[in-house]
Amino acid sequence: MTLTAREEDTFPFFQDYIFAKSAIVLTEEKRYLVETRLAPVVQQANLSCLGDLMRALLRGDRQLETAVVDAMTTNETSWFRDKSPFEALRDHVLAERMTANSGRRALSIWSAACSTGQEPYSVAMILEAHFPELSFWNVEILATDLAAGALARARQGRFSALEINRGLPAAHLLQYFSREGAHFQINDSLKRRVLFQQLNLAQTWPVIPPQDVILLRNVLIYFDAPTRQRVLAGVRANLRPGGFLLLGAAETTRELVGGFVPISVAGTTVYQLKEN
Amino acid sequence: MRALVVDDSRAMRALLTNILQSIGAEVTQAKDGCDALARLRSADRLPDLMLVDWHMPEMDGLELIKQVRKDPAWKPMTVMMVTTESEQENMVRALLAGADEYLIKPFTRDAVLEKLNLLGVHVPEQALAALTGG
Repeated sequence: MTLTAREEDTFPFFQDYIFAKSAIVLTEEKRYLVETRLAPVVQQANLSCLGDLMRALLRGDRQLETAVVDAMTTNETSWFRDKSPFEALRDHVLAERMTANSGRRALSIWSAACSTGQEPYSVAMILEAHFPELSFWNVEILATDLAAGALARARQGRFSALEINRGLPAAHLLQYFSREGAHFQINDSLKRRVLFQQLNLAQTWPVIPPQDVILLRNVLIYFDAPTRQRVLAGVRANLRPGGFLLLGAAETTRELVGGFVPISVAGTTVYQLKEN
Repeated sequence: MRALVVDDSRAMRALLTNILQSIGAEVTQAKDGCDALARLRSADRLPDLMLVDWHMPEMDGLELIKQVRKDPAWKPMTVMMVTTESEQENMVRALLAGADEYLIKPFTRDAVLEKLNLLGVHVPEQALAALTGG
């Protein structure tokens, strides 16, 4: 199947459509991404080309809308991605928030673009492995993503060997997963720690309880400047004073609204919201 | 960084060598456990890293790792098992024998680099920044 065999150029349509649905900006050099990510959607819907997919979306096909948004927003991701932010979490961020919250013994962590769950589950593993005292605390890990398909997989907690290979220490695989056929199933004890919810960062947010730590990693890069500013303002509003924001390794912080103090720890930078 | 790739498949040795060379490693190869031990014994300098397949003629990867861990002089070497064996009990056996990490075949280049990063093996920042993932 050659998706671009027809003369019609569907890229401008998908640029606008994806932006309208997810605020993700697809520049010209992302043209390949539309073709590679949407080819399976076209095939599974028994359509013949991207033009047919475009017309189905214009007719308001909701099922295809979900499939398209999922395909364009879901990425293969790794455990403990970039390593250093998780070391910062383990060695500095969590200890500091635990001291701050020792009176009420509660801790809230939000993984704001959790994809198929590797990030919130990595956080849960750190809590379980390094902070046994937290078993007497009320700890909530909220994990949200725009893509319904990714969230369904995250909730299921079943991962292929290819996914398991991506940055998960073998010792953790043995401790927190059990083999089920060709897949690895994450243990219930970790699954119970994470609450998955669908949330589109680019639209109006539901009410979210104040957070101690927000992981907003590798998602801002997809947004245009006004959306980035809106999302960062939302993050600030939902973070407790003294709470921490963790961004992706390659992400700019120029637009970070005032009130955050950059802290270098474990070879990375975390951002702490100033106390009032 | 110096690395020794031990695998009876020429294609697999080439693939892993390629990945390691792309991050600046100096790579030597061995086709089984006996070959690997001979190379280690005659080496001027110990490799920093050894990637070991499980099933090989002459001496398999599990036995090679046990032999390597018997010699205190070879202790600083980081060892990762790279194998099609994906049963957890086999992972336990490999780790108990002295492997530091475990990678299941088939793997992607990104998976190799992420495991090396986990092991504290120097992976250039450019290579880490280019890793795929959402």
